[in-house]
Formats: sequence, C-alpha cells, structure tokens
Amino acid sequence: MRRALAIGLLSALAAVSAAADTYPQRPITMVVPFAAGGPTDVVARIVAEPMSRALGQQVVIENVTGAGGTTGITRASQASPDGYTIMMGHMGTHGAAPALFKGLKYDPAKSFDPIGLAAGTPIVIVAKKGFPAQDLKSFIEAIKAGGPSINQAHAGVGSVSHSTGVLFDSLTGAKPTLVVYRGTGPALNDLMANQVDFMTDQIVNVAPQIAGGTIKAYAIATPERSPSLPDVPTTKEAGLPGYEVSAWNAVFAPKGLPADVRAKLVAALATALKDPGTTKRILDLGGTVPKDAEAGPDALQALVEREVARWTPVLRSAVEANP
Amino acid sequence: MTDLLANLGLGFAVALSLQNVTLCFLGCLVGTLIGVLPGVGPIATIAMLLPITFGLDPVGALIMLAGIYYGAQYGGSTTAILVNIPGEATSVVTTLDGHQMARQGRAGVALGIAAIGSFFAGTVATLLIAALGAPLTRLALIFGPAEYFALMVMGLAFAVVLAHGSVLKAVAMILVGILLAAVGTDLETGQERMTFGLVFLTDGVDFSVLAMGLFGVAEILRNLDQTETREIARARIGRLLPSLADLRQAAPSALRGTAIGSILGILPGNGAVLGPFASYTIEKRLARDPSRFGRGAIEGVAGPESANNAGAQTAFIPLLTLGIPPNAVMALMVGAMTIHGIVPGPGVMTKNPNLFWGMIASMWIGNLMLLVINLPLVGIWVRLLKVPYRLMFPAILMFCSIGIYSINSLPTDVMLIAAFGVFGYGLIKFGFEPAPLLLGFVLGKLMEEYLRRALTLSRGDALVFLERPVSAVLFLVAFTILAAALLPSLRRSRDEVFTEA
Repeated sequence: MRRALAIGLLSALAAVSAAADTYPQRPITMVVPFAAGGPTDVVARIVAEPMSRALGQQVVIENVTGAGGTTGITRASQASPDGYTIMMGHMGTHGAAPALFKGLKYDPAKSFDPIGLAAGTPIVIVAKKGFPAQDLKSFIEAIKAGGPSINQAHAGVGSVSHSTGVLFDSLTGAKPTLVVYRGTGPALNDLMANQVDFMTDQIVNVAPQIAGGTIKAYAIATPERSPSLPDVPTTKEAGLPGYEVSAWNAVFAPKGLPADVRAKLVAALATALKDPGTTKRILDLGGTVPKDAEAGPDALQALVEREVARWTPVLRSAVEANP
Repeated sequence: MTDLLANLGLGFAVALSLQNVTLCFLGCLVGTLIGVLPGVGPIATIAMLLPITFGLDPVGALIMLAGIYYGAQYGGSTTAILVNIPGEATSVVTTLDGHQMARQGRAGVALGIAAIGSFFAGTVATLLIAALGAPLTRLALIFGPAEYFALMVMGLAFAVVLAHGSVLKAVAMILVGILLAAVGTDLETGQERMTFGLVFLTDGVDFSVLAMGLFGVAEILRNLDQTETREIARARIGRLLPSLADLRQAAPSALRGTAIGSILGILPGNGAVLGPFASYTIEKRLARDPSRFGRGAIEGVAGPESANNAGAQTAFIPLLTLGIPPNAVMALMVGAMTIHGIVPGPGVMTKNPNLFWGMIASMWIGNLMLLVINLPLVGIWVRLLKVPYRLMFPAILMFCSIGIYSINSLPTDVMLIAAFGVFGYGLIKFGFEPAPLLLGFVLGKLMEEYLRRALTLSRGDALVFLERPVSAVLFLVAFTILAAALLPSLRRSRDEVFTEA
C-alpha cells in the first residue's frame, strides 16, 4: 500500500514536472459522460481527431456513463489537473445538474478550468404530423387550451428533451401530461405513430424525420435559421423570443491546470474548430460552431454561470411539482 | 420485383468492390474474434474502431462496422456453447442446449448447426429487408406502449416454459430478475430505487455484468468442484460437423426460428431479445419428446440461433428506415453514420441508395464469409475445450474483467461480476435456473417502462390493454401458455413437459 502510494506520488510529481514545457508527452484522455454514439459522443469524436493533430498526441475518448452524465464529470473533475484528463461537458452536466442532483460533488462554475465551447446543437419544437396548428402561435394556444389532455414526450429527467421541454412549458404556461421514454429514439417512434403530441429535442435527432415528413417542426430555438432546416422559422420569428436554447458541448479540464498546459489545450481546440473538415462535420449534423465571441475559456465560464442560473429555478419547480 | 432486382444489383455492385469485400471480411473476422473472447462485446469494439473508419468512405466504414456487429453475434454463440457464457441477451438460450451438447462431446455439431442455421437465417432476413423493409416499418408504428407491454408479458410466459425444473422455482427466478431490473434511478421522477446510496447502482445493473457473473463466473465455480465431467468432454470430442440426420432434425427448427426472429427484430422496442426465447419455447412445445430439451437437443440450438441471427439482421430495418436504433449496438451505428455525415432516417433509402443497398448486399456477403470463417474454425474452437482448466479459467476471468471494464470504465462493475458469480453458484447448488432470471431482468425494465407509459397515455385506464386488438391477442396467447402450465386439469401433461429433474 505504502509502496503504491509512493509510486503514485512519484508519478504525480513526474507528471507535474513533465507538464512544464514538454506537454503533451503521452495520450490525453477525454472523458465523455454519455454512451458512445450519442450526440455528445459524436461531437467529442469529431473534435478529438483534429485536436490530436494539433497537440501531436492522441486524444482518446473514454465513455464514462451514468446519472445524467454526472458520474463521468465527477470522476474527471477529481483527476489530477495535468492536462492528461479532459472532458466533454454538456448543457446537462454543467447547467441542469445542480438543480437535479442533490449530492452533486462538483460545482459547474468552480470545479473546472474551462477550455472552450466545442459545438452547439439547436433545439427544435416538433409535433406529430397530424397536429392541426399551422404555426407556433396557434400551436401554443392549442396546447394551452388542451391542458393535461396534451401529451408531451421526453427522454427522462435530466435529459435535454426534459430540461428544454420543461422550460418551454414554463415560458408558454402550458401544462401538458409528460410521457417518459428511455432515450429519444423510442420517443420519436411514438411521435411518428401519433401516440404523443409533441416534444422539444436536439436537431441531430429530429432533422431526418422532419425532412422525411413523418413529424412536423414549429420552430428552432436559435437566433438564426439552420441550414439543415431552412424552412423552419426561429422562435423569435415565430413569436416566442424568450425560448432560445441549445444543447451545447464544451471542453473542460479539472481545476488547477498549469497555465502553459491550459494555453496549449485552448489553442488546440481553437485550431480544431478552424479545421474546415471538422466544421463541415459539425454543420452537417445540424450543429453550430462557436462564433468568435463564444469561443475560448472566458466565454465558456460566462456561459456556464448563465446556464446554471437559468436552469436551476425552472427545473427545481418542475421536479417538485412531479415528485 | 424488377425494382427489387435492380436495387439488389446496385447493392451487390457496391458491396462487391475489392475494398468493400475486404472491409466486410475484416469486420466479420474482428467481430468473430471479439465475440469469442468472453466479455469483449461489439459495443466496446465498434466504439474503439470508429476513429479508424474516419479515413474510409461511409459505405465501406458502415459495411465493416456492420460486419463486426453480426460477427460478434455469431462469435457470442461460440462462447455460449463452449464455456456457457452468453455474450449478449440473445445468446442466453443457446447456453441451455448448446453447452449441454458440448459437455456430451458434440461441441462441433452444436457449433456447426449454429453456423449453418445462422447463415440460413441471415440469407432469409437479407431478402426480407430488401423486399419488405419499407412497408414493414408500418408494423413498427402499430406497436404502441400497450402492445409492447403485452409482448413483454407474453415473453415472461415463455420464461416459465424455459425452465426445466419446477415451475415454482422458475417463477421465483423471474421475479428476482424483475426485482434486479428495478434497481436504479426511476425514469419518471429521478428518484433512486434500491441503490442503498451507492453511486454505482444509480444506473441499475448492466446486463453483461449480470450475465457474465451468473453464467461465466458461476460456471467456473461449478466446474471447480466437479472435475470429472470435464474428463468426458476431453475424452470424446466427437465429429466436427453435423451429420445429415442432424441437419434433417434441425431444419424445421431453423425455419421457424428464422420467421420468429425476423418479425421480432423489426420492432424498434428491442423486441429482438425475445426472438431466441420465443423460438426455444415453440421448439420445446412442438417436440415429440420435450424432456430432451436442456439436455442437448439440437433443435434447441438451431431454432434460437436462427432467430438470433435473423433478428440481428432485421434490426437494421428500423434503423435504416425510421432512424430509430432498437438496441445499444444500433445506437452506436447511428453515431457512426452521423460521424460520416449520414443521418439515419426515412431519407437514407432515397438520398443514399448506394449506402442502403450496399449495406444490405454486404449483409449477405458477410453471412457467407462468417460461414467460411467459422466452419473451418470449428475444429480450433473445439480444441479450446482441451485447454487445461488452470489456464482456461484465469483467461476467461481476465477477459470478462477487461470486457466489462471497457463498457462503462467502472471498477465497481468488475466487482459486481464476482458478487453475481457467487450468487449464481448458490443458485446452481439449490437447483434454481439462471436463464429465467436473466429473461425476467431483460424484460422487467422494458415492461415497467411500457406499462407506465401506456397507463400515462390512457390516463390510468387499464382497459387499454384489452381494447387495442394487437395487445388483446398477445395477452390471450400469454394467458393460454400460462393456463396450459398451471391449470390442474392439464397438470399431468404439463409435468411431462416441464419437469425433468
């Protein structure tokens, strides 16, 4: 035991001294707190490849799943801040989590060194094909009038569709019945089969069905229309300007990174996001690449603080209303 | 019809290019290998290989990844037969008779019939996808929460037939399985159930952890206290390939298995897991002498293996036509497709016909390759049985541990295997069957979800299960199966069917 401790200390020391100017000397682990193949994992793998090239070392993805992504982020936040463990945080883990998980062992705004925003995934308001309303305004009126006879699908407490759906309800004053699914796939299936009336979810998940005409979209919750869905109006155009929301993914490191290591990671992410192949991949998914004002660690820190402040009251009251 | 031929022609033209055939072969080979290594599953492998496919064109990449997927399904049966470890929920049933055959020195025949049955099922399923893929998706949309719940209830009725000990013990095992499935965070409220404040239980128990512990580790423990059965397996390995009589006996089962597996595989709500169970139940019911089941009946391998492979194949239908992944591996395929800039969904068939038909054609080529890879390998796999325990057991345990760790990167998962191993050993000692427990576990989670969803949608009205025709029929079938098992007037015949202890 003592020997193990000694070895551990030695290697930690070695890591710190190595960090000085030779970073990185070995592969870097990027913890992705969701399952392989999901939207966050896809963004992580798209970004990891050009980051590896920029850093001259492989960035290896490690999927550590569980508890709405907080298992992986908790573990990564406790890793030694040597730049060899970084993570792909997310709107849920760094925005919604404090409201949903009482024993959360990290503070999104304080336990991390932010590296930068990687990609945003706009939220789309979608309904079953046969829903009679023609535009967002009459849609909102219809679901408000329908009250609990309207069914709203979501993919489980803590999921993007749940958080953004609850926010939509609180903004519009609608009080639909919430129907829970394990993941977006089955929820979409029931939306196509007319079992449920509407949901809000990431564009990646719903764009093909919208394009295929099996479900319909009322609005996209971004300031500008998406090239993937050019016919879908923004929430601002459609009359719900307060509903601007995106499932963002951003790179974080555990708190206490040496300044030069941090600078190298920030630069590597920036280089990765300038790579035309990488941006094309993200845009093809319907995602957004951070604009200059949104890129970098300071903008990310501000975003995290804004998001925690925004989600905490909405989600607390939603969870309390449905014990 | 001409459309179909033209489409298949396009598909084969794409799939038969030198590059794609090579990729398909690589995928199948890698898949078979990882399927044979206990614990290392297709999910971990596909996730690890994803970055390698970045440089390939999307069609080639997906052909290779698909090859890994069905290759692993195939290889998983090999471990189920040889060392009694089901790699996937779908190969649980294969352990029942497949492993018994291996212990009787008929491992080669079991492996051979699994390979041939799977190839046949793969061929039929490929044709089915090509001809009926698009219209069949409508079937998926008929199935709402109420229908899925009824389907799961029917599945549990199968579980009673699965056991070959006492019915009471089987029911007890099913209930334990359902209870284990309830561990974790409640989906609807976010409340934790039966986690005892332990963080690693907040997402419940992983299927592979449970299966590997209950089957793999427990099997090793059991073997350690009775060395003599091993000598039998060692002494006679028997013929390597099935005889004509074996084939004749297995053919009808393979046919029925293929039909059942194909239909259940199309359902996006992970209905494919039921395929092998359903097929086994039917084979046991139809058999002239049901007591042979659980003791190395060849039909008990041929039917479920065909159902398994057919389901694995048709599971691509909801993915390619609706964009809905029916299980975790398919979810990973969605990720792979999106990374390559292809968004799975209704548009794939029209927007990327090369990809759609190329993949379908490659499935058949892949199945042919699996047959070519696996039949000559049967001899090698069987020789694995000759590896001494002192080498084989540590190796199996090591691969199980590595495999489990690679799924979620959680050390607690590795410890859980050990715990379930001891539990499984206790079950064997007291004469309880682990297979019904595993089925209860798989179905329990889905059942609860569908039940609650159906009741939420009907605003609490339980009559919804009887008002919807498909659901009502499924309930009727489940009820009939149970009645046959439990009614006193049928008691005697039931005892003949179920009790062989």
